[in-house]
Amino acid sequence: MSTEARKPPAQIALKIRRVLGGKAGWNGVAVQFAFAAILGWIGYEIVSNARANLENQHIAAGFGFLRNNAGFDVNQTLISYTGSDTFLRVFVVGLLNTLVVSVVGIFFATVIGFIVALCRLSPNWLLSRVGEIYVEIIRNLPLLFQILFWYLAVLAALPNPRQSISLLGFAFISNRGLVIPRPIGEGGFEPFLAMLALGIVAAIALRIYARRALFQRGQMIRIWPYVLGLVFGLPLASILVFGLPFTFEMPQLKGFNFAGGSRIIPEFVALTLALSTYTAAFIAEIVRAGILSVHSGQMEAGSSLGLSRGTTLRLIVVPQAMRVIVPPLTNQYLNLTKNSSLAVAIGYPDLVSVFAGTSLSQTGQAIEIIAMTMGVYLMISLLTSAVMSVYGWRVSRSLGA
Amino acid sequence: MSDITSSGYVRQDLLTERPAPVKTTGFIGLVRTRLFNSPTNILLTIVGALLLWFTIVPSVRFLMVDAVWTGKDRTACLTENAGFTVGACWPYIQAKLPQLIYGFYPEAERWRVNLSLILAAVLLLPLLIPRLPAKGLNASLFFFAFPVVAFFLLHGGGITGFGLSWTAGLLQLFDDSIIGAGQALLSLAKTSAIAPLFWVAGNLIVLVGTAIYWLIFPLTWLRDQLQGTGQSVWADFAITAAIVSLIAFVLGGGVRTGGRALTSSIATFIAIAIVIKLMGLDRGGLPVVATNLWGGLLVTLVVSVTGIVTSLPIGIALALGRRSTIPLIRIFSIAFIEFWRGVPLITVLFFATYMLPLFLPGNFTVDGLVRALIGIALFTGAYQAENVRGGLAAIPRGQGEAAAALGLSWWKTTSLIVLPQGLRHVIPNLVNSFISLFKDTSLVSIVALFDLLGSLRASFSDPKWSTPSTAFTGFAFAGIIYFIFCFGMSRYSLFVEHRLNAHRRN
Repeated sequence: MSTEARKPPAQIALKIRRVLGGKAGWNGVAVQFAFAAILGWIGYEIVSNARANLENQHIAAGFGFLRNNAGFDVNQTLISYTGSDTFLRVFVVGLLNTLVVSVVGIFFATVIGFIVALCRLSPNWLLSRVGEIYVEIIRNLPLLFQILFWYLAVLAALPNPRQSISLLGFAFISNRGLVIPRPIGEGGFEPFLAMLALGIVAAIALRIYARRALFQRGQMIRIWPYVLGLVFGLPLASILVFGLPFTFEMPQLKGFNFAGGSRIIPEFVALTLALSTYTAAFIAEIVRAGILSVHSGQMEAGSSLGLSRGTTLRLIVVPQAMRVIVPPLTNQYLNLTKNSSLAVAIGYPDLVSVFAGTSLSQTGQAIEIIAMTMGVYLMISLLTSAVMSVYGWRVSRSLGA
Repeated sequence: MSDITSSGYVRQDLLTERPAPVKTTGFIGLVRTRLFNSPTNILLTIVGALLLWFTIVPSVRFLMVDAVWTGKDRTACLTENAGFTVGACWPYIQAKLPQLIYGFYPEAERWRVNLSLILAAVLLLPLLIPRLPAKGLNASLFFFAFPVVAFFLLHGGGITGFGLSWTAGLLQLFDDSIIGAGQALLSLAKTSAIAPLFWVAGNLIVLVGTAIYWLIFPLTWLRDQLQGTGQSVWADFAITAAIVSLIAFVLGGGVRTGGRALTSSIATFIAIAIVIKLMGLDRGGLPVVATNLWGGLLVTLVVSVTGIVTSLPIGIALALGRRSTIPLIRIFSIAFIEFWRGVPLITVLFFATYMLPLFLPGNFTVDGLVRALIGIALFTGAYQAENVRGGLAAIPRGQGEAAAALGLSWWKTTSLIVLPQGLRHVIPNLVNSFISLFKDTSLVSIVALFDLLGSLRASFSDPKWSTPSTAFTGFAFAGIIYFIFCFGMSRYSLFVEHRLNAHRRN
């Protein structure tokens, strides 16, 4: 007869204690009660004070004000907006402006950041020093300082529209902003877009197919001619069949300002410049640290396998560096988005400027407006961190396998 | 012997000297190996040199060669008067320097700002040099005594009571609020559907409030008695000193080992008494300078030093809370940290400026500077919490377990074993946070405080000095100040990091 291993006692009381009070047990429960009482007391004080103060100032709490007419103009709108639109529309306009400046800023920051990182990693001594000087100067000056510098010093020093600086004859820089040709949709626009989308989707599908062929059957398929044909050839064919997708409306100098073309306001230019150069310095450091984190033996192993330098970089070094680079890089993108709120200092109509600034001073609904503004940023950062934790989980799984 | 020399494979004559190897060290070597060793590199060198040429030369020309150094107003800095293309307009900085450093701080009182800055420097420098002794005393002077002294120096004003009155006042406020909440519940009970529940809860809270009232009655009574006497501050001070020293003596181990605690407590109180007497705090202190007159570098430094001093305790508390196993405290800490880290600082400042006054009792006005300071302290505290948590996580579990095996309580384990080691690990990260805090202080200019950047911006609108190069000159000056501070801090953090990792070097 075999002796069964005795089951450990259930220890239900211990488990309950653990769940309720952590390691500290019943003491922990008592601490929690005291903590909850203090929190409740603070919450009660806040609510009762806020209620009394709002009553004194004759402000009605609630989100009803969002349906009122805003009555002020915004000088950059992506969707149609007039002064007689509601505060809700102001909120959407501000949010879209924030997103636009963030996306454009992220694009340029990434490009500049990678270039500076390559400079710093370059074997050329002078170029690496230039990169280092750039990073040190930019990182040690406040972002607001840089935004104001671009806006109040550099852009204000530009000539007026009549003497504007011409870029190749179709874009003009002046102290009123950057004027560029505006695309106007023609008859061939929809087929062009459809063909472009089709080409991109087909190219992605082709790449997936080629990867699968490589990994499962060991078959190398040269896909780049087909990809080029799909992405450029299909839209080109559509232009030939349906005519030009759009024409450009050229800006013309009339009187003291430009007519035609689309104008990018100087606030946007200053903000994008400052945000992208500032974030680029941090991105450069991240990329550099990421590439340096790959052991030099990896490069040597690659070349001993007979891979060329470019192939080694592309297949061995970069994928490993990306694992180190991506999380802090996303963090920098998030920082850039949050820093775009400094637009309020120069009057670029972003979310904080038009909603938490102008709308707040017009309606006095401080609690609702600031809560909505903070909520937007909080949502963006929580979404990003959720995506990043999924990414981290996938990376650690692929490393473990 | 002879057959060796004659054998064919031994060389008979000396080799000719080979040319010296290409030098790979020093300046020449650097030029040869890292600048001009291949066509691509030569091209890159030219690109780099061009970049430097087109940035450094114009900057130097602007700042030094083409600059105007003397003058009374804008006319000196105009091209037609100077006779050449004018670069920096330094007389403008000279004229605006007081405003950029002190803001509108009254001229007769500026010695107080200078004195505070000197005090800060005297206390901070020995703290930064690792070799100097008495770090504990130095740190407590800088982090506890200096902020109080600087407050009375910069702001002015005196005190009407001391520890006893303050404690009594605070407890009374707390008690009033509790009784108020109970009575609000009772009045709600008249109309609500679940009236009995509210009635019971309200009565219970009022009962607790009344109990607390009687509990703190001796304190409030004593305070009222003290207010009657002429020397209320000194009497209050004496009683507070006696009570605190007694508590220190008892907690320090009574007759056996409490002597040390007693002497340090008495020494502290004597020092406080000297400070009170010197600054005349009991007789109203220095004349009050309202914070809306502060400005320039003063505000920048006040905001950053306050942020540094207050954010660290908040950060440590939140980090410990996040590592705690008690569910509610952990959840609260996580939510608090993630909330403040998820929103931009500017919305935090808007929150502090527009929303915070609504949350406080109507008769309670908070100064604009203090509001911004509260916002910055909470914001930076959340960031410091993550730094501190990193340090705590780096301490091996064995340390805490060994402390527990020795029978140390949680508090002692944390404050004597885990925290000192953990904080040492993350000093570089903390300093980096301080750098970003210092840079972020420029944001207070958006909520109508005139820090260095705000004063600079205000000075641009002065028609007396409006020239084409005014803005560039102002930014150059402010940029140099910011750069010196931030670069200095970052070099210091590198130095500390190097020092802390000394054992890992080989």
